[in-house]
Amino acid sequence: MTNGTITLTVNGEAHRLASADHRTLLESLREDLGLTGTKHGCELGECGACTVLVDGLAVLSCLTLAVQVQGAEVTTVEGLADGAVLHPLQQAFAELGAAQCGYCTPGMLVTAAALLERNPRPAIDEIRQALAGNLCRCTGYIKILDAVSLAARRAR
Amino acid sequence: MMGHAVVGRPGPRVDAAEQVTGRTTYAGDITLPGMLVGGLLQSSQAHARILRIDTAAAETLPGVRAVITGADLPIPYGILPVSQDEHALAVDKVRYVGEPVAGVAAVDAETAEQALALIDIEYEPLDVVTSIDEALASGTRIHGEVEGDNVHRRAALEFGDVESGFEAAHAVRENVYFFRGSNHAALEQHAAVASAGHDGRLTLWSSTQVPHYVHRTLEKVLEIPAGRIRVIATPVGGGFGGKTDPFSHEIVAAKLAMVTGRPVKIVLSREQVFYAHRGRHPVLMWVKTGFDPEGRITAMHFRSFLDGGAYGSYGAASLLYTGALQTTTYRIPNYKFEGVRVFTNKPPCGPKRGHGTPQPRFALECQLDEAAADLGLDPVTIRRRNLVEPFSMTVNHLRITSCGLAECLDRVVEASGFFAKHGTLPEGKGIGLAVGAYLSGAGLPIYWNDMPQSEVEIKVDRGGGVTVFSMAADVGQGSTSVLAMIVAEVLGLDTADITMVTADTDLTPVDLGSYSSRVTFMAGNAAKEAAEGIRDRVAAAVADELGLPEDGVAAAGGRVGAEADGEKTLSWADAVRAAIARGGPLIASGSYRAPDLAGPYRGAGVGISPAYSYSVAVVEVDCDAETGEVKVTKVWLAHDIGRALNPLLVEGQIEGGVYMALGEALMEEQAYRGALHKGPSLLGYKTPTFLEMPPVESILVETNDPEGPFGAKEVGQGPLLPVVPAVANAVHDALGIRADEVPITPDRVVKALREASRGGNGRIGPEGVPKFDFGRLTRVKIPEGFS
Repeated sequence: MTNGTITLTVNGEAHRLASADHRTLLESLREDLGLTGTKHGCELGECGACTVLVDGLAVLSCLTLAVQVQGAEVTTVEGLADGAVLHPLQQAFAELGAAQCGYCTPGMLVTAAALLERNPRPAIDEIRQALAGNLCRCTGYIKILDAVSLAARRAR
Repeated sequence: MMGHAVVGRPGPRVDAAEQVTGRTTYAGDITLPGMLVGGLLQSSQAHARILRIDTAAAETLPGVRAVITGADLPIPYGILPVSQDEHALAVDKVRYVGEPVAGVAAVDAETAEQALALIDIEYEPLDVVTSIDEALASGTRIHGEVEGDNVHRRAALEFGDVESGFEAAHAVRENVYFFRGSNHAALEQHAAVASAGHDGRLTLWSSTQVPHYVHRTLEKVLEIPAGRIRVIATPVGGGFGGKTDPFSHEIVAAKLAMVTGRPVKIVLSREQVFYAHRGRHPVLMWVKTGFDPEGRITAMHFRSFLDGGAYGSYGAASLLYTGALQTTTYRIPNYKFEGVRVFTNKPPCGPKRGHGTPQPRFALECQLDEAAADLGLDPVTIRRRNLVEPFSMTVNHLRITSCGLAECLDRVVEASGFFAKHGTLPEGKGIGLAVGAYLSGAGLPIYWNDMPQSEVEIKVDRGGGVTVFSMAADVGQGSTSVLAMIVAEVLGLDTADITMVTADTDLTPVDLGSYSSRVTFMAGNAAKEAAEGIRDRVAAAVADELGLPEDGVAAAGGRVGAEADGEKTLSWADAVRAAIARGGPLIASGSYRAPDLAGPYRGAGVGISPAYSYSVAVVEVDCDAETGEVKVTKVWLAHDIGRALNPLLVEGQIEGGVYMALGEALMEEQAYRGALHKGPSLLGYKTPTFLEMPPVESILVETNDPEGPFGAKEVGQGPLLPVVPAVANAVHDALGIRADEVPITPDRVVKALREASRGGNGRIGPEGVPKFDFGRLTRVKIPEGFS
């Protein structure tokens, strides 16, 4: 394994990481940068808990090597709020009880944020499709669906 | 004061802002200075003697700080006092593929993984037992010490006289059912961090539903006095019963921390979670029920065979639960239960949402639909004719208090338009109904003791800040929020004024844990009593300060004083200072212990509860006869919650319970090829996604339970129960085939339809049950008050 230096921007802050090439973006975020808001549920790309935004696109950080995002802009759940003001999705998730245990929530939020960014008026089925790769074992998805719809309505 | 300011109103969780910003710290998120990474080596064998473990190469690998094996942790443990049959690392024998055999601590994950690969184990393979039939027939014994061939526990109980009940019956029906087992698949993998100081003190942070029981286990296995062990249950990223046992990785992390003098973290891989398991037992069931001409049950004989996996876990209780709650929804005048739990060479089963009751509920509700058809009744009428009465006794000595079952049934039937749809929908579409009941907390603790089952302490500081201390672990169900609401309600405050300190054995008084749907009822009552203690002291001080009669003082809206007179009040903070000035530190405690409800027989401790919740489900399906796919298009679920303390959280539990039930009805299965897990991953283990989840209409029925806090009962588990059989009943309505086995997978549906087209019975399910001697029958006297 070789080691290289990676430069990337995470939640608006520039970072240089000296990291083994085999390390995943998930590991780099959680272990090198201390951003533990991004979760792991399988580390095989099956559950969506580790989803982050890379240049605005929702990607599974457990299947992405840190070296692959050289120079990219990464957004994690920690980067969604604007200072003390919650992102509309965060506000809606909190209000409607879209988080129970909360473990899938960071991945859900950033996936939904990517959706609303490219499609501010998603139909219910478009929300379901966009979030179909994110598993949740607590909510039955219903309040998550409601929360994404509410956030989309409010943003308009 | 009438009316409530906090209780009964829908509102967000008190920790919602932390959750949505990614700040909630789960066990796996913890990093401590100097922390090592721990790992577990797992058995490659299903059943084998360990002849030799060579750890030398692993120990000398640079970066490895410790390697331990079963010899380092020789003391056995288990969640139930009657089943102390587990070791943190296998001793002498392994009993399932995936069983932990050795633990390492190293400077990083890569080194830990390399070290595990360097451990050399020589096994002597033994015959492998993987099914109920094999367990009962095989000469191979998984545990040497048990009675018979791999029989873990058996039970045989009779209440009344089933034979005379069958003789008196107009119709008698016998059916066989199989409920395949499933995993909880909580999204958070189990994780623990341990730190042991040179002062002989140990701290364990763990994703556990039961810090108190983990505390007791560490005391036993590590031989450290309880007072020097601190267990902190971190926010649990999904439990569903899967984090209710003390686990190998918790004990191994603690031991490695003690050996190395450095903190150690172990996070199970997703694959390891499927081996740690403790999921729903596969249960094979035979049910014989007699009915009078009007469809009233005259007798029921229920037999269950549980595939327990390799260890006891909660199994002794799980077995009895498969026979306990049948009587809580329907009046059964004569009832006989026989059951057996066997050991097999598979990961141990345990409690999953509904613990041992969804399987018999599935059988019972499917059979009732069949009996209704036999008798020319509809599914609603046959149930109505058998419903238990509120405030009654069951034949097996369960005390029923509030019961909104009839109202749940009426409302869900009306909301779903059941009568207009049942039997009339186009081919492929169908509707099904079923009912269920569940405990609001197990009536007895897991280990016998005469102390409270839940204790809560409250401390109020001089600025009026209220801190509540409770060991109840929030596993996503919202227990912390519910306790904050109860305290806020009593003190006339807002939940934002309440600080919650939970699930820490150093700081919080005992609560037995988040299992058996006990927290709202038990910790809720304890919190209410503690808050009333605070309120009474503050009220007395305010009465004194303002010259009011003590019974004329109330706390509301952040003020304390004369109820009717806004002038004669103090702010909460001033009122608190008045109380501290008069009586010293403002602290109070409360506790709850369930009334003594156990009937006069061995096994009577399982099934009793201070109150039962009731649920009725209607499920609509759209089936594809070509592909065998069953699509659930809508679920209506009415739930007798007693009183909804927070309707938003209640709805969330209903929707989550329905979801989990649909997974178990249609796809979730902890499946094996022999002794090998077929797909220990979230891709191999199918769960419903956004695309499979139908809309759910929740109907809350409030019966105001006389013993629940503000009338509340449970909701975490009950709503799952009726949904599984309602799906099977809907599939029958849609396709005409009986699914007497779950999950109802497309291949099984196609096979049944093919059989039906060839003139077969078109049934999914087992043919029969093994012959088995359940042992000496205990005949129990019918309780007083049973009529």
